[in-house]
This record gives sequence, structure tokens and C-alpha cells, in this order.
Amino acid sequence: MTGAANHRGWETVIGLETHVQLSTRTKMFCACSAAFGDPPNTNVCPVCLGLPGALPVPNEQAVKLAVRAALALQCTVHPRSIFARKNYFYPDLPKGYQISQFEEPLATSGSLSFLSPERGVVSASIVRLHVEEDAGKSLHDRFPKATAVDLNRSGVPLVEIVTGPDFHSPGEARAYLLELKHLLEYAGISDCDLEKGSLRVDANVSVRRSSGDPLGTKTEVKNINSFAFVEKALGLERDRQIAELEAGRPIAQATMLYDSKANAVRHQRSKEHSHDYRYFPEPDLPPLVLPAEWPDEQRAALPELPAAKRERFVAQYGLPRQDAAVLTHTRAVADYYEGVVHAGADPKPAANWVMGEALADAKDHGEALRVPAGSLAELIALVKGGTLSHQAAKKVYAEVAAKGGDPRVVAEALGLIQVVDAGALATWVDQVLAASPAEVARFKAGEAKLLAFFVGQVMKASKGKADPKLVPGVLQEKLSA
Amino acid sequence: MSDAVASARATAERISKLRRLNAVLTKQTELRKALLAQAAAARPTGVLYGMPVAVKANICTLEFETSCGSHILEGYRSPYDATAIARLKAAGALIAGATNCDEFAMGSSTEHSAFGRTLHPLDKTRVPGGSSGGSAALVAAGAVPAALGSETGGSVRQPAAFCGVVGIKPTYGRVSRYGLVAFGSSLDQIGVFGRSVHDAARVLSVISGRDLRDNTCEDRDPLRLPTVPENLDGFVIGIPREYFPPDLDPGVRRACERAIRILRELGAAVREVSLPHTPYAVPTYYIIAPAEASSNLARYDGVRYGPRAEGSLADVRALYRETRGSGFGAEVRRRILIGTYVLSSGYYDAYYRKAQQVRALIAQDFRNVFDRGVDLLFTPTTPTPAFKAGAKLADPVQMYLSDIFVCTANLAGLPALSLPIGRVKGLPIGGQLIGPHFLEDEMLEAAYALERAVPAAEEA
Repeated sequence: MTGAANHRGWETVIGLETHVQLSTRTKMFCACSAAFGDPPNTNVCPVCLGLPGALPVPNEQAVKLAVRAALALQCTVHPRSIFARKNYFYPDLPKGYQISQFEEPLATSGSLSFLSPERGVVSASIVRLHVEEDAGKSLHDRFPKATAVDLNRSGVPLVEIVTGPDFHSPGEARAYLLELKHLLEYAGISDCDLEKGSLRVDANVSVRRSSGDPLGTKTEVKNINSFAFVEKALGLERDRQIAELEAGRPIAQATMLYDSKANAVRHQRSKEHSHDYRYFPEPDLPPLVLPAEWPDEQRAALPELPAAKRERFVAQYGLPRQDAAVLTHTRAVADYYEGVVHAGADPKPAANWVMGEALADAKDHGEALRVPAGSLAELIALVKGGTLSHQAAKKVYAEVAAKGGDPRVVAEALGLIQVVDAGALATWVDQVLAASPAEVARFKAGEAKLLAFFVGQVMKASKGKADPKLVPGVLQEKLSA
Repeated sequence: MSDAVASARATAERISKLRRLNAVLTKQTELRKALLAQAAAARPTGVLYGMPVAVKANICTLEFETSCGSHILEGYRSPYDATAIARLKAAGALIAGATNCDEFAMGSSTEHSAFGRTLHPLDKTRVPGGSSGGSAALVAAGAVPAALGSETGGSVRQPAAFCGVVGIKPTYGRVSRYGLVAFGSSLDQIGVFGRSVHDAARVLSVISGRDLRDNTCEDRDPLRLPTVPENLDGFVIGIPREYFPPDLDPGVRRACERAIRILRELGAAVREVSLPHTPYAVPTYYIIAPAEASSNLARYDGVRYGPRAEGSLADVRALYRETRGSGFGAEVRRRILIGTYVLSSGYYDAYYRKAQQVRALIAQDFRNVFDRGVDLLFTPTTPTPAFKAGAKLADPVQMYLSDIFVCTANLAGLPALSLPIGRVKGLPIGGQLIGPHFLEDEMLEAAYALERAVPAAEEA
């Protein structure tokens, strides 16, 4: 396998169109709930059912989130854009057209940097970003020999994000999508949940002999429903095109469907049968004119984005880049980490605790960070002050995670507080030395490594409560007396 | 018995006596029942308390089928009232049945209804005009004082002129389109028929005003009715020469000339003006309206409501083909085909985009005239009186040309009205007033004055 720019002597060229569901409470053009998973056809009204006489009214919050997405992707946001109708017949498209944007989209000319597996950090161009409504869902497996239609999704707000032909391998396409998902989740624009279909990808794929050649004839690959399938589907289509060309057969412009069960790409329709969507400006909606203050408001609402946060963590907290990457992977974890530091914990131990105990616990409990940041900071302080051993602190962490409570109180209740009192330590040391006369004699004869044995015995006698840092000193003192 | 109940009974009685006109699609028993139920619920304090208002079958009501004069919506009942209907009800009016119309408002004679043509109330061999012919005929026959129609290209004013009643098309954006079944969305407006200017204006005032459900409806208060003026001193009325072509029906010309004399006598300054792009209005209209219609009518596919062609479930494309092929009439199919064609890639620029540019020029013609001190335009509403049934069915272009003087106001979004100005061989002739955007009040003032002075029932 060679690098991205060259696969069996061919360069792969991929552009992506991603549909992302905006995190709004209601639909794009009516007040119905946009919730996922409700019983079929319960979140519907004359507007999203496409009943005669009904008219669309744009959802302000959806437009605001779209503006926010455009700003996060460094786009030029156009103060005036036009809704357009995309006309086609399908049973789950109740109006016979989708309200989208065509000639004058909300935003153009943006970019998103991502880490290419082959080329390092590269920037993908965002050609356009526009707002539109989703169609309903056709259910082919609900009734025998019949298709059922659920219109709960009809009218749910989407943005479509279109890149240039900027990816040179399926791996790059996947890396871009992960970065995009990360960004949109971060900025509170979308939950990007593939299970719910809130992020969907179509890809344009072509190959050519060298980067100096004109672009090859492209095909569109649809139905890529998971990140795991992105590389597979695009790799299959790339290999199919190379095989065709190497066999002397030209590529025909076509739409291909990815079948994840068979792990194959299938021909869906050729160019002659492609839809003519007959786009025209939506006469039911005046031009979308953004209030002058919206872009600034949305820029202000935009949180620190992942790349910037990662660099800040390195600079501000002196963390290794790898740690910063893990801690900033989701906004929730990053905010949690900073909460722990702000509550007084040192940055590096805080990073170790969050990446270790906290993320492990979260993984088993639906991504919940169960120990409050302040409690974790207190636990770290107890370790630092010698009150708890690291091992004991892990027990306390688990207890607080499961049942809550103040770490010190929990540690006391569990009897895990380390004893630093000289009198108590001396008593345990005396017990141990009295019980091991033979070992004492061997030690005194010069067998110095037996100190570790005595320390162990003392810890045992104290049931782990003796501070292991103080015990050797007391032992030395007694044994040399 | 309350006034409203008495009105409901009398209305049902009058309409039942006019069944031969085929102006109302609602069955007699159903209509009577619905009228009585509404009368019982009507608010006595409403400004239209007890007033029966018939409604074109393309405006959604809870009471009646919204069939749009089409088999494809036969039996369809809307689960909601159009905004205009809700406002009429809130004002105490009684919705008096769904009236016949050309299928999906596409036509100029009400002959394209799937439920048979409506007869002209004065001459059963003639058409009442269209597409809102049922509403016009019902008002003309005295069954109701007012009725709602809809306009995309003159479908209220043209039948008003043919039937000898008043028809108002408000400014685009004056009345909410929510619940008006879409034909050409950028042109569509609900309009009002009345026995008199005042009856029509009262209803218009009630249904007008902002509606958050329609983004194309202007954020304005309801229309305030003007008082009837003593005279028209200070009014400048333009007479566009393009509306008086050499082949204009001589009777129509005589009636208009008489009306213009009366306008002068009332004190108005009358001035000849030019709207040079008028000859392009009908071709422009017949690109834009069908284009929008081809998209607006895509939803009638037999999937969710309306009749579905039997035996076509195996293949969804066959279901569409058979349902739409049998559900739509010939004129609707013709316009869907034209509209699909002009929006197709490769033709969009030559047709749809070009038509939008010409539309802007037509609107500019009006602005130029209004900017130069003209308050209102006066024109004939139609080139001829009501024509014979069947006379134009074989030649769609001749049918389209009957809207030559009315479709310009729709393209420009302007308010316009037609009022009776005389008769020719017993048939009514309509005169048209066109005003600047949202200046319905001035247009109504002039209409009040002209209505009072013109001998509308006399031969011109």
C-alpha cells in the first residue's frame, strides 16, 4: 500500500456532501417536535404532512444554528439567501418537493483542518453550507409486501455541508468526517448521532493517473451510514474504478449505493436517469435576510473549538499533546478537566485522574462523569497531602462515583486515612519487630534488603493505614537503636 | 329564533332554489345543517354577524369538502380552517358552502371543473367566467351578499365582470394564503365578491392583516374601510392605451368610455398613460403560473389522501402515473406539463428566468405610472362580455387571452377590482381599477364613487 496520493499508480479524488441534523426542539418550518424515536406519525401537522393550503414558516433557532455551523467552518455567511424547491417524487416526501437552498445558499467558502493519515494536517475546502428540511422515512420491513411511511422526520432541520474534491484517500474522508462531527458536537450544532441518522454522507469519487491530470469522471456513492463504512465504501468504489480503467473501460457517471451487509457498491442509476430536480426559488418564503446582529451573536455563542482548546491545554497546563487531545475530545470532558483544575488540583495529576479513573468509569456508565469536579480535586489533594495512598484513593473514587459523598468523609468511613502519628506508627513497628526476631537478627547482621519485608509487615499490621513514606524511617530508627 | 339562524335558513333556501346553476358543490342537506350549526355558534357581536359568505372550493374549511373542483381531491376534508375562514367565523359570518370552480383554479370559464360547469345566472348558454365562477354566479343570483374566490391571474375580477358583481383582488400579501390551496404561490391571493363595493370591502377588511402562518403575508393591520367620498376631486386616473386595443369589443369600449366620462364628471383628472410591456403579460403568466403549479400539485400523488388508482400498488411510479393521470383533468395536466418543461435543466434560463425578468419589467411599468402622479388606473376588466359555453374549450390560447387585462395586476402584486359599469345586449360589463401596493383604501373610494354614479344596469 502506497501513500494517499498514489494507489496502484492512481490518485483518488473524493468530495463529500454531509447532511447534519440541527439540534432544535422543533422542525424547520412548523412547530412540531423534532424528537427522534416517537411512535410513527405522531409529530406531524398540516405543514409537515404537506396538506393542501399549508405554508412553511422558518424556524429561527435552526437558522441560528446553521449560521453558527457556517462560522465554525470559517465560511462567508451571506446576509441574504434564497430558499429553493427541489422537486422529486417519493412517498416519504409529502409535498413532492424539499425546501432547500440552491443558487444563493446561506454560506460559502469555508474550510476545516483535519489530520490526514497520510499527509499530516491538511485543510478541506467547504464549498457551501445551506439549510434545508429532511424527508420522512420509508419503512420497508414493517409490513409484508408494503412500504410504510413515517413522517415524524419530515421537516426536521438539516444543514448540508459540501466540500471541494479535496480528499485523496478513503482514510482522509473518514478523518475529515470525524473532525466535522467533533466540531459540530462541540459547538452544540448537532448531536451527529449516526444511529438516529442525524449525520449522513454522500461522496463523489473519481481517480486519475496524476494530480496534474484533469479530474476523472466521478460517481456518487450514497447510503454510507456509519464511520466504519466510509473507508470500506469509498475503497470499494475507488478499486472498482481503477479496475474498470485498467481494463480499458471508461467510467460512466452514475449513482452507486453502498450495501453494508454485502460490503459492496451497487449501481443505482446512470446519468441519463438522474433526477432533474427542477430547482426554483421557493415562492412561499421571502429571501432569508439575517438580522444584522445574528452573525456576531452566533460567533459569541461559538465555544472554543477543539483545535484551539487542544493547543491551549498544552500551553496553559503544560500537558503533553497526546493528553491534551484525549482531554479535549469531547467538550464535556474538557470542561470537566478544567473544573478539576479550577477547584485546585495540579494540572498533570488532574489529567491522569480524568484520563484514567474518570473516563474508565464514564465508559461503563453511559459517558456520565459521576464524580463532581470539586470532589475529584479534593481527592487529588488528599493524595498529595499524604492522607490517602494512591490505591486507597482509587477505592474512594469508586465509592464516591457509586454513592456520592465527600471524599474525606468516605475515606474515613472506609478506614482508609493514612496514619502519620508517630506514636501509632511506633506501636505497629514494635509489634512487627517483636514478632519477627529471626529477621531482626538477619537485618542486624547486614541483610539490608529485609527492610522492605518489615515495611510490608507494618502495612499489613496497620491494615494499610500507615503512611508508607514514613514507615521506613521509623523502622530504621528502631532497628539501629 | 336568532337573526343568524333566520339568515342560515333563508340562505339555505335561496341556494337550494339555484341548484340549476351548479354554483355550489355542497349537498343541500349538508349545507343547511352546516349553516344552522354555524348560526348557533356565531358571535352576535361580530361585525359580519349572520352574513352568509360562500367560499370557493379551493379554500380550506372544516365544514365542507376542499375538492378544488378536482377528482383528485374528491371527498377531501381539511383538518383546519384557512386563516381567512377562521377570521370570517370569528366575525360572525356563516360559511355558505363550497363553490364550483375550474379545477385547481386553472381556467377562465368554470368549464374545467370535474363536477360540471357552472351556468351564467343571466344566460344558461354562457359561462360565468372563472376560475371562481361558482362564487360569482351565486352572488350575482342574489343567494349570498358576498363570497370568497381566489386569484392567480384574474380569477375573481374576470367572473365578477361576466356576472355583473363586484370583485376585489387585494395586494399580494394583504390576505393570508394559509389554507388557500396553492396554484401559483407568488401570484395567488384570496379575493372577494360582493353585490356592492361595500359588501365586498367589509369582507376583505375582516380577512386581511398579518398572519404568522404565512411568511408572504405583510406585517400590517387589517384594511380600514374608507368613507364614501362626495366626489373624486384631486384623483388622477390613468387610462393605459394598451388596454384599449383596436379589436376590443365595441360594447365593452362604449361602456368604458361612458365610465371614464363619469369619472371626469366626478372631478377626477383623467390621463392617458402607457404600460409598454403589457403584450408580454399573458406569455409571462403562462410560464410562471404553470411552473409553480407543477411543483404545488406534486403532492397529489395518492399516497396520503385523495383517491388512489386501484391496482397500482406494486410499483410506486405506476401508482403516481395512474393516480395523477386519472385524477387530474386535461387542463391541469397541460399546465403541469408546461410547468415541468419550463423548469427543466437546460430550459430554465430561457423560460422561467426570462419570465421572471419580464415580470419585473411589467411591475416597473406600473411603478413608473404611479410615480408620475397617477393614483389609479381604469381599464376594461375583460375584452368581451361573457362568452358562450364551449366557445373556447378547443383553443386554450383564446381562453388564456380572456385574462389579458387582469393577469397584469397579479404579476405586479397590485390591488385591483372590477365593478359593473353597464350592459351590452343584457350582458354585464366590468370596469377595472388598479392601484398601487397596499392602497386599497383609495381604490375603494374611487369604486364607491363610480358605483354610485354609473348606470350599471343600463345598456352602454
